[in-house]
Amino acid sequence: MTLIDLANPTKFLSLTARVLPWLAGATAILLLIGFYQAAMAPDDYQQGATAKIMFVHVPNAWLSMFVWGVMSIAALGTLVWRHPLADVAAKAATPIGAAFTFLALVTGSLWGRPMWGTYWEWDARMTSVLILFLMYLGLMALWRAVDDPSRAARAAAVLTLVGAINLPIIKFSVDWWNTLHQPAAVLRMGGTSLDKAFLIPLLVMALGFSLLFVTLHLAAMRNEILRRRVRSLQMMQASQQAA
Amino acid sequence: MTSLGPHASFIVTSYAVVAAMVLALIGWIAIDYRHQKARLRDLEASGVTRRSGRQATEI
Repeated sequence: MTLIDLANPTKFLSLTARVLPWLAGATAILLLIGFYQAAMAPDDYQQGATAKIMFVHVPNAWLSMFVWGVMSIAALGTLVWRHPLADVAAKAATPIGAAFTFLALVTGSLWGRPMWGTYWEWDARMTSVLILFLMYLGLMALWRAVDDPSRAARAAAVLTLVGAINLPIIKFSVDWWNTLHQPAAVLRMGGTSLDKAFLIPLLVMALGFSLLFVTLHLAAMRNEILRRRVRSLQMMQASQQAA
Repeated sequence: MTSLGPHASFIVTSYAVVAAMVLALIGWIAIDYRHQKARLRDLEASGVTRRSGRQATEI
């Protein structure tokens, strides 16, 4: 099956039916290993056991930005290449990205309270991630507000590409401004500053959550294709009844 | 596994919120799938067919 074949929704559905069980299995295994390694990770010399929140906070924070990146590529697919599944991919990713962003904010707050003495601070990193979450909610509202999927897709694609400006702001906010949030510890110039005892469980969890996203995204795309099939059959039914 | 220390409630709550949200996402997507398939079956049962002639629920 070539990439162009995937433009055909029926062939895409056939592919998802075959790969979803394998993806779900691999996700479950990786997350189980990740949670076990997180439980067994040593305490941090400064933060103690509270550093374990990192293993769920950081993957969700990475995915909150990654999913918007996927949606931005899909937006280009809608506006430039007019790929038939691009807007399906964008729409299906939006609530999943919102959920990951919500989890990044909540786990960040729960980590911040014992370490910083506050659940929330209006600093650059936290505020820019909150803006990302609000943009996800805005996109979900937009998809619901417009009945015609192709019209909604163009508006959503433009909003997604405009919103992509926020991604480098989130990433570099800890370098550009004086923030309460710590600077990057894994993806940074000069290599990671994390010890292997923390880095390995973190990377396993990040891979597990990334596979979780791929699995959920493919399943949500399958649902969206079926939803559009329902819509077109309902329109055919209405036109038959009118004739 | 070591003790979770004085901030155990924050750690446990973090993992519980993540688990609840992931399970909610999986549940929502699974229910939505069943709902769409049921709607397609109902439409087919009422006599509406796809232009291709294939079954609407065919994957």
